[in-house]
Amino acid sequence: MKAPGGGNPLEWLEDRLGLEPVLKLVEKKTVPIHRHTIWYYLGGMTLFLFVTQVVTGILLLLYYRPSSDAAYESVQFIMGQVSFGWLVRSIHSWSANLMIGTLFIHMFSVFLTKAYRPPRELTWISGAFLLFLALTFGFSGYLLPWNKVSFFATRVGTQIAGVVPGIGTFLLRFLRGGDDVTGATLTRFYGFHVAILPAITALFLGVHLWLVQKQGMSLPPGEDERQVKTMKFVPNFLLRDAMGWLLALGLLAALSALFPWELGQKADPFASAPAGIKPEWYFLFLFQTLKYIPAKVAFIDGDVLGVLIMGAGAALWVFVPFLDRQAARGEKSPVFTAIGWVLIVYIVGMTLVGYFT
Amino acid sequence: MTGKLLTTSLGAISALALFAATGRAQPAPAAAAKVDQCVACHSELEGRLGDPVKALQQKNDVHGQHGFSCANCHGGDPSQGSGKAAMDPAKGFVAVPKRQDIPRLCGKCHSDPAFMKQFDPAERTDQESEYSTSVHGKRLKQGDQKVAVCTSCHGFHGVKAVKNSTAPVYALHVAETCGSCHANVGYMQPYGIPTDQLAKWQSSVHGEAMLKKQDLSAPTCNDCHGNHGATPPSVASVANVCGTCHVRQAELFQKSPHAKPFQALGNGACVQCHSNHEIHHPSDEMLGVGKQSVCVECHFEGTSSFKAAAAMSGQISDLAAQIRRAGEILQEASNDGMEVSRPQFDLREAGNKLINARVVVHSFAPGQVEAAVKPGLEVAGKAHQAGLVALSDFQFRRKGLAVSLLFIAIAVAAIFLKLRQIERRQSSA
Repeated sequence: MKAPGGGNPLEWLEDRLGLEPVLKLVEKKTVPIHRHTIWYYLGGMTLFLFVTQVVTGILLLLYYRPSSDAAYESVQFIMGQVSFGWLVRSIHSWSANLMIGTLFIHMFSVFLTKAYRPPRELTWISGAFLLFLALTFGFSGYLLPWNKVSFFATRVGTQIAGVVPGIGTFLLRFLRGGDDVTGATLTRFYGFHVAILPAITALFLGVHLWLVQKQGMSLPPGEDERQVKTMKFVPNFLLRDAMGWLLALGLLAALSALFPWELGQKADPFASAPAGIKPEWYFLFLFQTLKYIPAKVAFIDGDVLGVLIMGAGAALWVFVPFLDRQAARGEKSPVFTAIGWVLIVYIVGMTLVGYFT
Repeated sequence: MTGKLLTTSLGAISALALFAATGRAQPAPAAAAKVDQCVACHSELEGRLGDPVKALQQKNDVHGQHGFSCANCHGGDPSQGSGKAAMDPAKGFVAVPKRQDIPRLCGKCHSDPAFMKQFDPAERTDQESEYSTSVHGKRLKQGDQKVAVCTSCHGFHGVKAVKNSTAPVYALHVAETCGSCHANVGYMQPYGIPTDQLAKWQSSVHGEAMLKKQDLSAPTCNDCHGNHGATPPSVASVANVCGTCHVRQAELFQKSPHAKPFQALGNGACVQCHSNHEIHHPSDEMLGVGKQSVCVECHFEGTSSFKAAAAMSGQISDLAAQIRRAGEILQEASNDGMEVSRPQFDLREAGNKLINARVVVHSFAPGQVEAAVKPGLEVAGKAHQAGLVALSDFQFRRKGLAVSLLFIAIAVAAIFLKLRQIERRQSSA
């Protein structure tokens, strides 16, 4: 095969794209080998699941119709009539849940290995925003099949947003596109899910990945950079990543074939809410926390206090790199390690309590 | 004292004037008779002389609610402080109205449309005239003192409105009210009529709907027999009575080959197969030539009607069985996680067709039943096929998964081997 003009096609491309520095970077990139190396794979696994989301999401767009009259029926059509539609939708739903799971594990592994230390503050901040974006993806996508459970869960979820002091009413109407969850809500959730959130995510993900490449993998405290062994990113680490991705693909196929994602009953705005309505599992710990806050604490409404605490918690979480001064100086920071473990136990515990009660 | 006397006298004069002008008892205007002496005295008494006042003063006494008092039914002069003057027969006082006078007594108000419209513009005023056409009314006229009159069902003191859920004539309680006489063996003994109607109705599909499901639209005694004009439906009118609710069945029956012979033989149309008070939920087994069939009571083997019964039964059974099979297969597919909500929804239409076909049976024409069954069979057949496809898809998915996992395992193993080879080379270099 010859390039236009009759030369070598690779040289032709190199002349135009100038990929030499990139190829050199890839060739030089290494990954440290130590007892916490396994956690390095979680980022790549999350990315693989995200790409799966994008691909299956685009395929679903070919059949999905975002209106209260047609959404449920179109998903019903995808699951029952479209060739391999059931597989595409089930993989989309299962990988969404697995992705949130790997994202949480990735985030806490980064937290506990103090990988947010300088100069990686912006990597942490962009990652935290990617978590919030993933949760928003989950919340907006949950409503799209327009089934009974998702309808009422969205009503409850948007109600919580409505108690934010000052901007609650605006936020509620902005999310719902009116006073209640209607077809207008579905249309705008669809817009968030397939256009606005992907665009913002692409930006944050680009920054996050660029920073990871630029700064390389962080070494956990206690590991000596001069003594630690390394492996080449290409091919050693990448091939291990590929094995993980293939296993994840197998898991997704098995889950989708054996437990296809349910569609449930079509949403009926005039029906009464089903008993024990709960959000998706990754919101359960927040939902359960709200349930435990008394109706009135001093002069503040319980739900307002809950939302304020959650907002403050999220803000503190984003600025962890600037709060953990000991880790920034390269010293041990047992307080933040303890906070990390307490949070893990709290989230797991509250999720289990919420799930089984 | 003088003032009180003056007020009382003025009140009495006003009340008498009003009574004379209208010719009937009127609710006493509050400003006219401030003290009702009947109530004043009898509220001090106990037992049968005091209880009527207590009943009248209950919140749910419909007469008390509208300002009626003792004198409106018993006559007399409620403005008089002395018992003798108040209960003066010359002023129309009757301590206990005679049974045969009660319909007229109640009818004085309840048969007057202009008077009754003051309280309820939609109130019926034909109860008294209807009562005179009833078996009760006719026997009362003949001097039978045991038959039901207005008070037997509505009560006398503390009469509650029909819409009051605790009233004895509220739909839920009508059967028991009628049964208080009609289920009383001793009481009904002189009339020589059965006394098991209440028990039979309670065990019937109608009784179950009314008593267990609290369905007030279910028929009770008065819906078939009438209430004030209560009488057993004649043989000729049975289909019309049942047809007030079961409209289509009655229409089909009237055009069916059964209509004329039943009339000629004096068989009550619907009751011949469904009974009257003890009407159980009809089953498909009632049709055809089986042991529980009602057709074989008249139609014998070898006749064309016997074959027609067998044919109609077969058609209905086929559709019911096909719907059941399709439902089972779709449920099995659903349990396997297959998306079959659409065919499950469609199958409901086959159920509707079956209900329609069961109604069409009342035409007693196999051709019509077949035509009614056919669309249901088509719908059920499609749903059944969708279930089979879903089950087949499920098997395909499992096999596809096994093949996919095999390829993935091979790919993982290949990468693993390649990686080992690379790392051996790297470590030796």
